[in-house]
Amino acid sequence: MLRRSSTVRFLAQTILLLFWSAMTVWASEPKGSSSHGTNIFAPASSPAKSIADLSVFVLVITGIIFVVVFALLAYSVVKFRGRAKDAGREPAQVYGSTQIELAWTIIPILIVVVLFLATARVIHAIQDAPEPADAVEVTVIGHQYWWEFRYPKLGIVTANELHIPISDPSHPTPTFLQLLSADTDHSFWVPELAGKTDLIPNHPNRMWMAPLRTGVFVGQCAQYCGTQHAKMLLRVSVDGPEDFDAWVRAQQEPAVEDAGATAGKQVFESNACMNCHAVAGTGADGRFGPDLTHLMSRATIAAGAAENTHDNLRLWIQNPSAIKPGSLMPAMKLSDTDLNAVVSYMETLH
Amino acid sequence: MSSHVITVPVGQAEARPWVDELHQWVTTVDHKRLGILYIVSALLFLAVGGVEALIIRIQLMHSHNNFVSPEVFNRMFTMHGTTMIFFVAMPILFGFANYLVPLMIGARDMAFPRLNAFSFWLSFLGGLLLYFSFLGGSGLYGAGSAPDVGWWSYAPLGARAFSPGHSSDYWTLALLVSGFGSIGTAINIIATILCLRCPGMKISRMPLLVWMNLVMAGMVLLAITPLSAAQIMLLIDRYLGGHFFDTQAGGSAVLWMHFFWIFGHPEVYVLIIPCFAFMSEIIPVFSRKPIFGYPVMVAATVCIAFVSMSVWAHHMFTIGMNSYANSFFTLTTMAVGIPTGIKIFNWIGTMWGGRIQFKTPMLFSIGFLFQFLIAGLTGIMMAASPFDWQLSLSYFVVAHFHYVIVGGILFAVFAAFYYWYPKMTGRMLSERLGKWHFWLFLIGFHLTFDVMHIPGILGMPRRIYTYEPGRGWDTLNLIISIGAFIQAIAILVFLANLVISYFKGARAGNDPWDAWTLEWCISSPPPAYNFAIVPTVESRRPLWDLKHPEDPDSRYE
Repeated sequence: MLRRSSTVRFLAQTILLLFWSAMTVWASEPKGSSSHGTNIFAPASSPAKSIADLSVFVLVITGIIFVVVFALLAYSVVKFRGRAKDAGREPAQVYGSTQIELAWTIIPILIVVVLFLATARVIHAIQDAPEPADAVEVTVIGHQYWWEFRYPKLGIVTANELHIPISDPSHPTPTFLQLLSADTDHSFWVPELAGKTDLIPNHPNRMWMAPLRTGVFVGQCAQYCGTQHAKMLLRVSVDGPEDFDAWVRAQQEPAVEDAGATAGKQVFESNACMNCHAVAGTGADGRFGPDLTHLMSRATIAAGAAENTHDNLRLWIQNPSAIKPGSLMPAMKLSDTDLNAVVSYMETLH
Repeated sequence: MSSHVITVPVGQAEARPWVDELHQWVTTVDHKRLGILYIVSALLFLAVGGVEALIIRIQLMHSHNNFVSPEVFNRMFTMHGTTMIFFVAMPILFGFANYLVPLMIGARDMAFPRLNAFSFWLSFLGGLLLYFSFLGGSGLYGAGSAPDVGWWSYAPLGARAFSPGHSSDYWTLALLVSGFGSIGTAINIIATILCLRCPGMKISRMPLLVWMNLVMAGMVLLAITPLSAAQIMLLIDRYLGGHFFDTQAGGSAVLWMHFFWIFGHPEVYVLIIPCFAFMSEIIPVFSRKPIFGYPVMVAATVCIAFVSMSVWAHHMFTIGMNSYANSFFTLTTMAVGIPTGIKIFNWIGTMWGGRIQFKTPMLFSIGFLFQFLIAGLTGIMMAASPFDWQLSLSYFVVAHFHYVIVGGILFAVFAAFYYWYPKMTGRMLSERLGKWHFWLFLIGFHLTFDVMHIPGILGMPRRIYTYEPGRGWDTLNLIISIGAFIQAIAILVFLANLVISYFKGARAGNDPWDAWTLEWCISSPPPAYNFAIVPTVESRRPLWDLKHPEDPDSRYE
């Protein structure tokens, strides 16, 4: 008996210690303004909101089931534990009961009917929503390991950072995405805007978002797509109507011709860069890599793996593996002069 | 009945040179030895798969960790998943089925003993083939080592354009070879149960373990065959210029998903139904009552088998099926919860009014009930397809299926070990080490997999080798990793218990648990021929009738 109680005490102390250390680490974790928490229960957009509402409903029902069944289990474990005085005697042998079996068959059936009907309504509301005339259309093309965004009606091509307008419920301007893949399967997931939908080659998909507030929302590829699946990050900027229009106008412009960056432009166009990258208004029209026409309008490079700074750009062009090992961008092995020139050129692409 | 048993005198079978002993084990066709071989090989792979899990957990302990490269990480989760499903969970359950089914139906062996041996060696060599990829995958062409395509190997990632070299071929061939082994075992189990029952054992008198393994074997036939077909199609794509799944030539990635999950979902039930079987034997014995609602349990099992054949596309809610398909698979998936719930209620009904003895097998069984309840409820959450659009492919799903596989299947398997180890070896497992094992594993399990739901809700996808700081995932992942190590320690305690008790455990005798099924009426370990005289039974609990001639079950059935 003594031994058992010391074991119990040891276990309790271990649990407390672990709990305490976890809490300490949690409290010490940096929570700067640059942090982007995501939470499926903090929706900022229409489909994510109806999903979160349904989820809470399902959680409540399953929570009630858990409490009831757990209470039955705990009660029978405590109440019907074998006691020393019963040793050697067997309890009443009960083989079953038709009434009880019927009860615990019919009640779950009713619960399933309710859950199914509630779910089917949300499925229909989200999947069969008609596309209004004012909708913004974007074609999303998944690549190993970055995102291509094309706005066919607006004539814009960009990468990794999607801009969409806020949608006023009285005059909705949702964004409808057509999802394609250039290589393997990917999945578009920005938890606070919508559930995820896969990008599958030869299998175009569709999803939509009608954001209710502005801001930058992060997400990432959710379907394993190869070596750098982890760093196929995704940023969606939800803009107010004026900001969105201004962004559209700026993106529709061809690349700025900067007389100071001719040397860099020449390096860019005489190396393999232009095989994969496009810069509108120049001879570069490669499509394997992200469009660089307005590179400087983006906050990140390498599909969100690094901030868009001078040093990161330089490192990325010289040795992409340092940021994203397994990325399909080759190390360009440029001389220092050429590297500086091409980085300066990149920095003129506003 | 026990008076008819011929016990092998101690010492008669000993003192042979170890080469002879080894030869006997390698060439054996005895269902009991093959059962033990299945279990031992599964334990070896469990250790390997466990180490892979720990590598994954060290890498994810904090953001931007550099413990392993992305390539190695991707190989680790691919090998971990493939190993645990195909070379741990299935063989260990086949092992128990092999060992127990003939004993419980009063048979002297399986229906096809040589097919049995052939099936085991196919499955085992499949596992070795998978691990040979670490050498062969790069040894031949230098194109990578172990497969890194995930345990689903989704098209077109498994196509030659994206998986050059031979690493993913080892995955394909290993599953194909072990799949044939599984089909052989399934045929054998079905034939044994249908043809070799002892006199008096009507279908309606079979122990539930036998019933459930019959259902499981039927499901193996239906589930493994599409997987094998798909693997052959994949090989045709890769080497004979086929285009089934080759999207660059007009093939269909979605077709592969259907093939894989029409195997993959029934597979979950192939694994869990034998665990239901363990519960249905262990809970009654330690509650000292017969199973509550035997016919309902059988009906629920058969019902699960049927319904679970029509739920596979709930793994594919995010691939853009139309609203009707999504609604259909939502309904079927929720519906499978009904017979499953009935089972949980019947186990609680069995405990109700009993005199529960908290021996280690029962502790693991209660753990199973608790965790399987939660796993079922998170399953209902993901059955609601809009909820799944958020949860699918996230750490919530990883937490959910580990709740099923570790919290459910592994707990049930541990219960089975503590319950039947005395029969297999003649020695009791240490209760003291068993309780350490139980409590450590329980704490580690909950630390890891309870917490793991949260990063999924916070947007963390699965299969990422690293993540950005500032997403709120760091602390949670650290706790998850700590829990993983506690589980590893518990597994070491368990393995130590297996070894120490084999030499030093208390003698078990024929019937250490005062149980009611036929395996307990013969010596531990049983002689090669099992029963000297084939027994005759008159009820579902033949040993109850024997022990209580004044109040036999046969009076009520």
